[in-house]
Amino acid sequence: MKKNLVPLIVLAVLAFFPLAVKDNYYMHLMILFLMWVVIGSAWNLIAGYTGQVSFGDAAFFGSGAYAAGLLSVHLHISAWWGLALGGFAAVAVGLPFGWICFRMRGAYFALATLALNEVMRHSAAIAEGFTGGMVGILIMPSFVSKVPYYYVALGMAVAAVISIQWIVHAKPGYYFVSIREDQDAAESLGINTHYYKMLSLAIAAFWTGVAGSLYMNYMGFIDPDVVFSLHDISIMAILVGIVGGVGTVYGPMVGAFVMVTVQELFRSGFFGLFKYLGNVTGSGTIVSIAETITGAHILGFGILVVVVILVLPNGIVGDWPKIRNAVFRTKPAT
Amino acid sequence: MDVFLQTFVAGVLKGGLYALIGIGMTLIMGVMGIINLAHGQLMMVAMYITYVLHLAGVDPYLSLFVAMPALFLLGAVIQRFLLNPLLKADTILPENQVLMTVGIGMVLTEVVRFIFKSDYKSVTTGYSNATFFLGNISFSMALVISFLIAIGFTVAMFFFLIRTDIGRSIRATAQDKDAAVLMGVNTGRITIITFGIGSGLVAAAGSLLAPVFYVFPDIGGPFTARAFIITILGGLGSTVGAIFGGVTLGLAESFGATYISMEFENIIGMTIFVLVLLFLPGGFKRLTKI
Repeated sequence: MKKNLVPLIVLAVLAFFPLAVKDNYYMHLMILFLMWVVIGSAWNLIAGYTGQVSFGDAAFFGSGAYAAGLLSVHLHISAWWGLALGGFAAVAVGLPFGWICFRMRGAYFALATLALNEVMRHSAAIAEGFTGGMVGILIMPSFVSKVPYYYVALGMAVAAVISIQWIVHAKPGYYFVSIREDQDAAESLGINTHYYKMLSLAIAAFWTGVAGSLYMNYMGFIDPDVVFSLHDISIMAILVGIVGGVGTVYGPMVGAFVMVTVQELFRSGFFGLFKYLGNVTGSGTIVSIAETITGAHILGFGILVVVVILVLPNGIVGDWPKIRNAVFRTKPAT
Repeated sequence: MDVFLQTFVAGVLKGGLYALIGIGMTLIMGVMGIINLAHGQLMMVAMYITYVLHLAGVDPYLSLFVAMPALFLLGAVIQRFLLNPLLKADTILPENQVLMTVGIGMVLTEVVRFIFKSDYKSVTTGYSNATFFLGNISFSMALVISFLIAIGFTVAMFFFLIRTDIGRSIRATAQDKDAAVLMGVNTGRITIITFGIGSGLVAAAGSLLAPVFYVFPDIGGPFTARAFIITILGGLGSTVGAIFGGVTLGLAESFGATYISMEFENIIGMTIFVLVLLFLPGGFKRLTKI
């Protein structure tokens, strides 16, 4: 019981969050956070535990989102069906890809996922008759309030984290780690590495796709450049994984929290701090700084990538002992 | 038949420039095993240098002499201060360096966007739109000049790698880093020089492309992708392979655009990439042995 204390407290806080905070803006951020927990955990399964780094999570995210949107547009049923089917749509994209591309290793596989990402984006833009092309898909959101979305996102995040934790601590999880550490050794011990890599990819793709369907339902609008975006989805997923800590249980949650905060900090110009300062002091310079920062969130991302990889190569959770030593004791980190 | 020939010529001319981009990439990838996802972005920086010099009245082809040393320095600094430290770090995922170059690419793009905004700029010269005809086939003057210069660089690079001391050290490091260290090669310095040379070559490609293409901050991404496809097609570390890879990609793109659809131009490259990885891993290098 003691082992599960921290997660239970976190879960309780998250469950009562909408009762305490009524502000739509913070609700929106929390929904994004929960969505990124799902995507980050999925990425962590395939990259952190299985060692097959994916640069193309957007391909699965977009498949899920488009599955939900297309169901609503072509079959005129609720886009919420996408939540059930979007994951399988992503798996349908992921499995043939994995079957072909898992014979590549390491960085080459990463490049193939990058190619998948681009192929999906261009395909969605070209197939105008089916997907609406660059115009995208617009559906009516089911709820005005954000609370229902919040609880759906929370349920999804809990289900994703528990299922991924379960699989990681079951037999396949150990196989995944052995593939990451040494694929040839794993193969020689009789592990069907191709099969287990596919399994890992399928689970990761499934949850990423489900997150995509939720995005469609919540935002009500998608187009190829939004859901198949390399920077905003694929790279963000990697950042959530790496900032938090690759191959750790809580890494993706910490990573999602940090990344959503950082993204919002830049997008809103430090929550309007600079704009406020500018108005108070009447200084034009500070206002222009605020505008500059708002426009620079990708630059901030880029710098963050560089700094995190240099300073914390194993992420906040992975390098926690190092951080603790540096912050709470004068003793230099070993 | 004319359409076919015209497409062929356009493909080969474009391919010559792609080869130049590919050689820089293949050196970096072959020697250090570093997948440089900022390659196209480095080219974009060189294009902007050319653009700024063009505003000052310098011919794009002369600005080669500024863009190449500048990018050599930039590349060397990136390797020295951002990539070399990563090789020592102890991490679960060796792919960290790939992500690092993604970050560098993002920073370069956004810094340029800051300075020049997202507008499309063009470097217009007297010969930008000039053409001449051989039979019924038209040749773009700018592309032909660029093609010839690119071939010149490629040949020079080839002899540099085969004949000179540094060139031999680079190839030795590519083949076996530990053995190279034992033979007295300062591999740390060689990696810095190699990244610099790779950046310098792609800078040359950028300056040569500037009169033909529009210049805008996001132009880097597609060219990074092309650099990869060429490298994979040609085989890692193979200069000759990069030339064949570049021309093949140029031809595939222009034939695809003519006979299938303009929209599929980007997908064709990606498809070739996956097909080569599957059916000819090792690329043309496997066939030519150089």
